Amino acid sequence: MSRMIRIAVLGSAATVAAGESAFAAGMPQLAFGNPLTLGQLFWGAVIFLVLYLALSRSALPLVGAVLDERRARIDGDLDAAKSARNEADRAIIELRRARRDAAAEAASMVDKVVSEARAQAASRTAEMNARLEADIARAEIAVTEAREAAMGSIRAVAGGTTQLLVARLIGQEADEALVGAKVDAALAARPAA
Amino acid sequence: MAGGHIDALGQFELHPVLGSLGESLRFSQSTLMMVIAAALILLLLYVGMRPRAIVPGRLQAAAEILYDFIHTMATDQIGPEGRRFFPFVFTLFAFILVGNYIGLVPGSFTFTSHIVVTAGLALLVFVVGLLVALRSQGFGFFAHFMPEGAPVALAPLLVPIEILSYISRPISLSVRLFANMMAGHVMFEMFAAFTIMLGGIHFIGPVLGIAPIAINMALVALELLVGGLQAYVFAILTCIYLREAVAH
Repeated sequence: MSRMIRIAVLGSAATVAAGESAFAAGMPQLAFGNPLTLGQLFWGAVIFLVLYLALSRSALPLVGAVLDERRARIDGDLDAAKSARNEADRAIIELRRARRDAAAEAASMVDKVVSEARAQAASRTAEMNARLEADIARAEIAVTEAREAAMGSIRAVAGGTTQLLVARLIGQEADEALVGAKVDAALAARPAA
Repeated sequence: MAGGHIDALGQFELHPVLGSLGESLRFSQSTLMMVIAAALILLLLYVGMRPRAIVPGRLQAAAEILYDFIHTMATDQIGPEGRRFFPFVFTLFAFILVGNYIGLVPGSFTFTSHIVVTAGLALLVFVVGLLVALRSQGFGFFAHFMPEGAPVALAPLLVPIEILSYISRPISLSVRLFANMMAGHVMFEMFAAFTIMLGGIHFIGPVLGIAPIAINMALVALELLVGGLQAYVFAILTCIYLREAVAH
């Protein structure tokens, strides 16, 4: 597209200019009669050489140094970040392990406390049972004693009462041995309490 | 412009600067632009890199991008030995690029539109390539003029063709750059002249004259592309020639 425009323009320019002999003078670029034309070559060589020396000796190494510095800095930062991440990973693993250990320790401690409490409760219960059994045994002995005491006095009361009743009924004292025998017989006939 | 003809080539005429001093030193406005181009390149690098910042600013980023671009090109194209030729390729590229772009400033001069300048640069590349080739390959370099595997009977035909194509490199290198820059500036001149011509046509002229201005504006964009592209082509061809020179 641009090339077509160029060709068209140059073509029309040539036709326009042909009559006016604008090109007849030739291109100034080829005017080697002009000392300035070849002067460009000399000055161009000098300027190019100076530019090349300035660039290769000073300017380009300066840019290169800055770029190397940045690369080194970025690499260093990357390494630091990588090591920091590794450290963090290690810390996390350690933390997890510590937490797991702590959880296990706590569980075992709870187990211990529970079993201790259970054992204590069991021993206390056993102690209480023993005391209660002892109390019951004592109480039974006391009851038995009281009953025996009461049973012993029944005979005397019954004998006294019988003597009294017989004396009121018949007006004379009953034979003590006979009353005793009768009371014993009556007591024996009583159903066991 | 007087008399209605368009002086498209007058813009390429050389004039001495500083009067008689420039005349006796053969110092033209073209040479002055070379000095300015070299100064701009050094200024960009020195001023741009002055902060030496880890996070670059705009100017430093521009200098670094330019450096990296050519450095990558040199090492990719030439190979591990590219580092040695990097300053040379960088100087060529920056000199031509800035020269092309300076020419786009109205009132300035495009030194790359002179065949003498581009031929000088192309010959420099040719000579450097030849010396590097002779130094790294010795006389074995001349074996390249006979393509490998070609029948010996064809040697009388192939060798002259190869030599001719090798010698024509500096010609194509210099003419390509010179012709591109010259054509672009001739077009600028043509369309600018059209504007003046059309502007003279009674009352409708000023309206018609807008069209060539619009085209010229588009041409500036095109020339920005061409200027960068031609500098790139010159630099990458230099790299390719140097790669052939250092290859064993």
